[in-house]
Amino acid sequence: MAVTRAGLRALRPRVFLGGGPGWCPRPASSNTSDEFLKEKRAQIMSRGLPKQKPIEGVKQVLVLASGKGGVGKSTTAVNIALALAANDSGVEQRGGRWCGETKSVGLLDADVYGPSIPRMMNLKGNPELTSQNLMRPLKNYGIECMSMGFLVEETAPVVWRGLMVMSAIEKLLRQVEWGQLDYLVIDMPPGTGDVQLSVSQNIPIAGAVIVSTPQDIALLDARKGAEMFRKVHVPVLGLVQNMSVFQCPKCKHETHIFGTDGVRDLAKTLGLDVLGDIPLDVNIRKTCDTGQPIVVSQPQSDMAKAYLQIAMEIIRRLPTPPG
Amino acid sequence: MEETAGEKSNLAGVRHILLVLSGKGGVGKSTISTELALALRHAGKKVGILDVDLCGPSIPRMLKVQDKDVHQCDSGWVPVFVDQDKSISLMSIGFLLEKPDDAVVWRGPKKNALIKQFISDVAWGGLDFLIVDTPPGTSDEHISTVESLRPYQPLGAVLVTTPQAVSVGDVRRELTFCKKTGLRVIGIIENMSGFVCPHCSECTNIFSKGGGEELAKHAGVPFLGCVPLDPQLTQSLEEGRDFIQEFPKSSAFPALANIAQQILDGTSPQSS
Repeated sequence: MAVTRAGLRALRPRVFLGGGPGWCPRPASSNTSDEFLKEKRAQIMSRGLPKQKPIEGVKQVLVLASGKGGVGKSTTAVNIALALAANDSGVEQRGGRWCGETKSVGLLDADVYGPSIPRMMNLKGNPELTSQNLMRPLKNYGIECMSMGFLVEETAPVVWRGLMVMSAIEKLLRQVEWGQLDYLVIDMPPGTGDVQLSVSQNIPIAGAVIVSTPQDIALLDARKGAEMFRKVHVPVLGLVQNMSVFQCPKCKHETHIFGTDGVRDLAKTLGLDVLGDIPLDVNIRKTCDTGQPIVVSQPQSDMAKAYLQIAMEIIRRLPTPPG
Repeated sequence: MEETAGEKSNLAGVRHILLVLSGKGGVGKSTISTELALALRHAGKKVGILDVDLCGPSIPRMLKVQDKDVHQCDSGWVPVFVDQDKSISLMSIGFLLEKPDDAVVWRGPKKNALIKQFISDVAWGGLDFLIVDTPPGTSDEHISTVESLRPYQPLGAVLVTTPQAVSVGDVRRELTFCKKTGLRVIGIIENMSGFVCPHCSECTNIFSKGGGEELAKHAGVPFLGCVPLDPQLTQSLEEGRDFIQEFPKSSAFPALANIAQQILDGTSPQSS
């Protein structure tokens, strides 16, 4: 018997909306159509958003943020990056020197409006371009660094609206030849706006560390920072209490200039760990201002050891890196 | 002119508008804005504070009015009065949040819209000074604020810095921002300039010293003064004591009173 056209049509698999070809017809229940609508809506809404894609060669991204300005994010980021490079989770102190496998670490200064990293890492100049038109990060103390500070003059303000900042952040993430990095530390600007959203939407982040001083006002914003990361599904590894106490160099009297233990209390409320406590020390400021971060210039000091300890705590809490 | 008549009425009663800028975060802009407002009030002026820091509104907490609500009236939002004699009024996004912990994770356009509303839709009434506290940086908030305030001819901007090099670098950029936008720089304040140990009176320059003064000299703008780090003030805030009462007793007060006087002197030839 000849196969008619109608017969052929009956044999062809039927394709349903939202799914691939299949033999099973979609049941006309309201639950499935609700779910289907939700999925479709999410698909359409996500069309405008950047796709989250990892940076090639970078194993894990660590973000240092706070919400509040001036709590020491950049200072902590620089010293933590150096500590991560010198440290390994299985390392011990042998004869007063930290020994172990060194890691390759990159440092990205995402503070487009007030880039502090160039000064703190003692780096200046414009980045070179590779043959593939990627920017080569500037390197010092073994850390690959990239910052807006290398792309604009030191006195020139970056007076940009959010949209331009978004595209600048994308370039600083993707158009840089990072190479093979174990960790990329990103120093965030203060606030909970465009930069934070752009970074978390663009790349997968292994963990965020929130830095704060014990002061009430700073904690208010640190809390918002933690809330922001929760909203964008970035795991918060813990809090760092910075500028915790000041010891007078003359009489050794301790003054809690910015309050006492506020960060510890906040951590308890939010169910987070305190990764470490850094006192207010003139040497930390002096060494950063002169571009010789304390972890490299005074590695035996208590401050440097505090940063190294925090780095170890971070490594302990990061998920096992891929590959 | 007709379209702006409604807008003009809300800021028409404000004699002088002052912006507090920095560029660097955490130098004490909000603290200085509040202290300046208190110092001006001490000098008998009626002051309003507009907190344009949408991501980190600190001022309601400092003045212990974070639980107050904002009410509506015919001409817009009524600012919150901080004291009994209604000589300090405050508007901040902190009053509009449901919970104080709510994070404002907004992109530029939304921030710009709210700032425009803050500037045109708040019924300030008659004020001698309106102090506008800004977030760090030179971004959407700053551009929108300066643009929206331009028709009202602000008195100018006061720049706050700490003495250390990284702060001074950012403030240098802010100075360029002011020049580019045609905003007059009233002067630079060097905050957290020196810490005097309460035990032995040894002065330690934790955040260095003199950076702000040098920058002012270098940039050719007036240097308004140094404000020291006062831990007692911070501690009293933490313990919930009244900032308005504690402030005149703190070691920062004389410096702030001096700065307020310089600003008042600067306005006297202009006042009608």
